Amino acid sequence: MSRAARWLTAIASIALLGLFLVPIWRIELAAPQYPEGLGMRIGISSIRGVKPNDLDNINGLNHYIGMKHISPSTIPELRIIPWVVGGLIVFGLVAAVTASRKALYVWLGSFALAGAVGFADFWRWEFDYGHNIDYAHAIIKIPGMNYQPPLIGVKQLLNFTAVSWPDVGGWIALVAFLLGAVAVVIAWRSPAPVRAL
Amino acid sequence: MQLPSVYSRAFCNGAVVLALAAGASACAPSAKSNASQGLLAGDAATRVYVAPGSYDEFYSFLSGGFSGQLTVYGLPSGRLIKMIPVFSQFPENGYGYSTETKAMLNTTFGFVPWDDSHHTELSQTDGVPDGRWLFLNANNTPRVARIDLKRFETTEILQLPNAAGGHASPFITPDSKYIVSATRFSVPIPQADVPIETYKQNFKGTLSFISASVPGKLDIAFQIMMPGYDYDLGHAGKGPSDGWFFFTTYNSEQANTKLEVNASQADKDYIAAVNYKRAEECIAAGKSKKFGGTYVHNYVDPGSQVAKSETKTGVTMLYPADCEGLVYYLPTPKSPHGVDIDPSGEYIVAGGKLATVIPVHSFSKMQKAIADKQFEKSIDGIPVLKYEAVIAGEVQKPGLGPLHTEFDGRGNAYTSMFISSEIVKWKLGTWEVLDRMPVYYAVGHLMIPGGDTRKPWGKYLVALNKITKDRYLPVGPEMSRSAQLIDISGDKMKMLLDFPTTGEPHYANAVPASLLQANAIKFDKLAENQNPYATKSEAEGGIARTGKRVDVKLIAIRSHFAPDNLEGIEVGDTVYFHVTNIEQDWNIGHGFAVFGATTSGVILPPGATRTLTWIPQSVGIYPFYCTDFCSALHQEMQGYARVSAPGSHVPLSANISKAAKTQSGRLPETPPAPQKP
Repeated sequence: MSRAARWLTAIASIALLGLFLVPIWRIELAAPQYPEGLGMRIGISSIRGVKPNDLDNINGLNHYIGMKHISPSTIPELRIIPWVVGGLIVFGLVAAVTASRKALYVWLGSFALAGAVGFADFWRWEFDYGHNIDYAHAIIKIPGMNYQPPLIGVKQLLNFTAVSWPDVGGWIALVAFLLGAVAVVIAWRSPAPVRAL
Repeated sequence: MQLPSVYSRAFCNGAVVLALAAGASACAPSAKSNASQGLLAGDAATRVYVAPGSYDEFYSFLSGGFSGQLTVYGLPSGRLIKMIPVFSQFPENGYGYSTETKAMLNTTFGFVPWDDSHHTELSQTDGVPDGRWLFLNANNTPRVARIDLKRFETTEILQLPNAAGGHASPFITPDSKYIVSATRFSVPIPQADVPIETYKQNFKGTLSFISASVPGKLDIAFQIMMPGYDYDLGHAGKGPSDGWFFFTTYNSEQANTKLEVNASQADKDYIAAVNYKRAEECIAAGKSKKFGGTYVHNYVDPGSQVAKSETKTGVTMLYPADCEGLVYYLPTPKSPHGVDIDPSGEYIVAGGKLATVIPVHSFSKMQKAIADKQFEKSIDGIPVLKYEAVIAGEVQKPGLGPLHTEFDGRGNAYTSMFISSEIVKWKLGTWEVLDRMPVYYAVGHLMIPGGDTRKPWGKYLVALNKITKDRYLPVGPEMSRSAQLIDISGDKMKMLLDFPTTGEPHYANAVPASLLQANAIKFDKLAENQNPYATKSEAEGGIARTGKRVDVKLIAIRSHFAPDNLEGIEVGDTVYFHVTNIEQDWNIGHGFAVFGATTSGVILPPGATRTLTWIPQSVGIYPFYCTDFCSALHQEMQGYARVSAPGSHVPLSANISKAAKTQSGRLPETPPAPQKP
């Protein structure tokens, strides 16, 4: 495993530390009455409003349509994902230090798997919030309407334009993954003897 | 496809990391450009047009005159942005009615629900408006108020003891250490039962210096006992004249009846030049006297945001005869009204209401005249300087009825002419008239943004006219006053706009929007609400009885009150509705009113608590409801109070949802049951 591949792996792993500091995803809601914006920032262990009261205010609006209360404490993934990210960081650093190509491949595979599972889980939660409507108490009822926000991209939900897009942490993860992928390509093409970093 | 702005915001965030080329320009905030720029100068309409969604260039603050209030207008559009209640009850939002605000209008005469507010003055640092506060005076029952410019609300009112008619007020020193108030009407001080015709023996005036630099702590620093004239207007010196304050006086004839004739006899009245640094020295040297006088100070308690009153007694009084060098009189023609100091601090411009010239005194000549003892005579220990020794020049044939002068910072002065109904532009130093602009009709004060400070923003001038007549569609015998906006950026003044005003604005101030815009508070944090009756969640609401007093604590949130069914109230009770708006979002207000209450409703900004007092008169069911259209289901935002006969022992009850949790902010009424899609 070449020095370049090991460095890339190490940098990618360390970059993932950023996910503990900045949100990975954001959902923004735009409507004429909200010139100042309204939105959520999703981190690996938290869901917060873009502004301090946004989450409460989104929940306030959601009570009109009977959507569940978005309450971070009821989402177990927010306690699990930090361990997954931590594991990826440790695993990646181990691969870089030991210069094990096999470890590198397994690391990147795990990374890809974690991302895929993460997206699927995110979609599942969005589906749940968007479809699991308390029609008995909903104030605004529109037959056939669901309120599932987009996984990624833009969607009109009644008067709101919902936009779902990576936040800084999401871009960090993407860059880290691409660096890892480059490391794998390098390691694959030019197997090299083990050298010290 | 046109992307919604929120999309580009989300995209921009990613661009930070990926350094996408699209980043820089696409992520800049949308420019709020002023539509007037770059268009034809001759087209007045384009100069005052502020496109929908765009902002005005200046905040202007107009006193409310006999409304007792303050109004905020945008310039150059002339759009009314806000009415701020100050000295008068304001049923529109419950100011002066609710328990939280009622104490603001307390005086030694009891609760005074109205006053006559004349002059605005912005706080200054180094002689330039700093955007912290605005002060306003009350003329009838002399008081001064502080308006906080983060909240745009009145936060403090101080009554003036030993005074009648607080007209020369609330002008400020360049460091905001003092604001002043001087008696327009001399009276016996202390008050006494004397024949009115003993005016000359018994009537006195006072000049009050009020400590102003600490919010919540307005207080009388000292007063100066003056001869019994009418003290009209004032302005602080600046630059070389910093440390001095100038007040105009009229009725130096000391007439007590038919003043329009009897107070207009003398060729000259005076400008009183007060060396307030000297006052501080004399007080430190023990040359002042303890004097009586009881006065009330009202302030919004910073914790609870509930107005409180305190009564104070006694002031520090200075007598000019005991403090040499404290006051000098500058003879000034014919009942001077305005006294305005140019931005350099050298020229003292007087507006002799009946004079045929505009006299301008020189501060440096005044200093020399004092040093050379160029005194004409002395009145009650106050040396009168010789007119020739202090006059810098006279503007000849300016027009009729000069009142007030403001400056553009480019060496020009602008004087309002009440009788000839015009604004006259003239040059400092040469005293030549440069231009005239007729105004409709009978202008009182005029205002240039920063025009009484060291650094005027000399782009616009507002004429605050006293007579309206045919300027708008006729609306019967009683009509609004009218202001006019004039462009003064060129050699010739250009009339741009008429706009109606509320009450009768006397003086006004304006500053660039950028000085205040970013500091304005959007809403109060519920977590910081320390009102003793604040209710921070649905579960905290309730009803409690203490004898004949019933306290109801309830929350308002889109789109309900909680509790909203109240029973156990009896005729003879006094019910206090303590309503807290627990919304934490910008501009999501609620209101509260109850059927048959003999008081105003209250308006509840987000995070605030207001208390409405209700004394039910007869048995029955009384609806209460939200008075501020808050949401799609505003019409559903209502409740009922049941009033029973005295002694009927209906259990006291308020329906509180068991599901409500003790947590601030919105909560679902019912926890949603898990369902499979």
